[in-house]
Amino acid sequence: MEVSIAAAEAVKQANVDVVSAYPITPQTHIVEHLSDLVANGELDADFFCVESEHSALSVCVGSEATGARSFTCTSSQGLALMSEITYIASGLRLPIVMIISNRTLSSPLSIWNDHSDVMSIRDCGWIQFFTENGQEVYDHVFIAYRLGEDRDVLLPVIINMDGFTLSHVIEPIEMLEQEKVDQFLPPYQPLHRLHPDRPVTMGAFALPSIFAETKKAQEFAMLSSMSKIVETWKAFGDLTGRYYKPVETYRAEEAETLLVTMGSFGETASVAVDMMREEGRAVGLLKIRLWRPFPFDEFRRAALQAKQLVIIDRAVSVGGPGGPVASEVKAAIYGYDHRPEVYDFVAGISGRDVTPSDFIKMVDKAEIEIEEGKRDGYEIYGVRE
Amino acid sequence: MTKPESEWTWKELPVGNVVLEPGNASEYRTGDWKTFKPVLDRELCIHCGLCYIFCPDMAYNLSAEGYFIADLFYCKGCGICAKECPTGAITMVVEEEEK
Repeated sequence: MEVSIAAAEAVKQANVDVVSAYPITPQTHIVEHLSDLVANGELDADFFCVESEHSALSVCVGSEATGARSFTCTSSQGLALMSEITYIASGLRLPIVMIISNRTLSSPLSIWNDHSDVMSIRDCGWIQFFTENGQEVYDHVFIAYRLGEDRDVLLPVIINMDGFTLSHVIEPIEMLEQEKVDQFLPPYQPLHRLHPDRPVTMGAFALPSIFAETKKAQEFAMLSSMSKIVETWKAFGDLTGRYYKPVETYRAEEAETLLVTMGSFGETASVAVDMMREEGRAVGLLKIRLWRPFPFDEFRRAALQAKQLVIIDRAVSVGGPGGPVASEVKAAIYGYDHRPEVYDFVAGISGRDVTPSDFIKMVDKAEIEIEEGKRDGYEIYGVRE
Repeated sequence: MTKPESEWTWKELPVGNVVLEPGNASEYRTGDWKTFKPVLDRELCIHCGLCYIFCPDMAYNLSAEGYFIADLFYCKGCGICAKECPTGAITMVVEEEEK
């Protein structure tokens, strides 16, 4: 089954009340399929045909505020257009779920995959997952709704899946029976909602005298969602046998060099790790599944004993300290006496293929240059000189 | 609100900062924004109510004696009432520091 179709089927099984989305490559198949499901009566939901992504998410904010389970999805320019509303959804603590089929931000115009779109809203206050394959996308739709709607969380959730590399790939997907979904995901019971019987105001003005308190409360909610995230993954694992962690490790034991990836690169990198391990090289892989809240403790536990970390970023922070993942990783290990050196590669932007041998080349280069004394290595990989 | 915003701690805020008490904007003093306050000359007042109608903040109320009086808790001192008063009964005067 195509991963986009599986994602749409999961949204159907999650029994959403509202779908509001605007088609954009490479997210289109998700919306198209949901539109079919609503039109042919398989999904009893309101499907809003909106005129832009700004409206798509605005509708979700409104519907979620009334207590309706709401879904949207987008990519690239569409996400940029809805970025204003992403901050509003999280500030209002509305547990909307959005799938981002990650695609490069223009310019130059590109439809292919990297993470520049979601990095533009990195600090928007949504819980953010990165998925590695179709099964993870499908599973995380249920996980996201149960987690976001938990009374102790009440935060919107983004599921990142790489455009084309995942969205348009046909994979075997293990579907859940509806009873299992219903068992895992209870109906949404909003804490506050817009209802004439009990009027409330959402989105009120805040003066400087109270604004900082609102942000502290929001950040506290995000930080304390970590235990619920782990708990939700555990419950999902107990139900399906598929367990997830904030930072996944692959052959990381005794590794001197650890590759660090986010998203679908994890699968290719694991092939590269296998090839290097066969040659007797002490190379392993860390895959960051949870991007917000960033799993600092889990990351340190997995990474601090290594000699070097080779980070694969998929977005350029122009004029910044390297890619966004490397930036976070450096913050995570700052201040620890025994910490690995970090070498950051921006690779595979705008969907350029990165093969297992490319990963090996990056590890080679990082190991040699760090050995020679280079610190804070950073380059955009594979650029023709 | 039961107490001023500036006394709320972050732990006390409702989830999503929703306002749970309808109509509590009436507790918010906008009167301290003003520089000029309207003063009514009762001799000139013809009780037409144009000040009451034009006031953008609905600060005017009808008093027991039949005069429209601006509630200075809400009045922002815009001066529209003085501008619209057909008999010139309202003048805007600098408000002294006494709030």
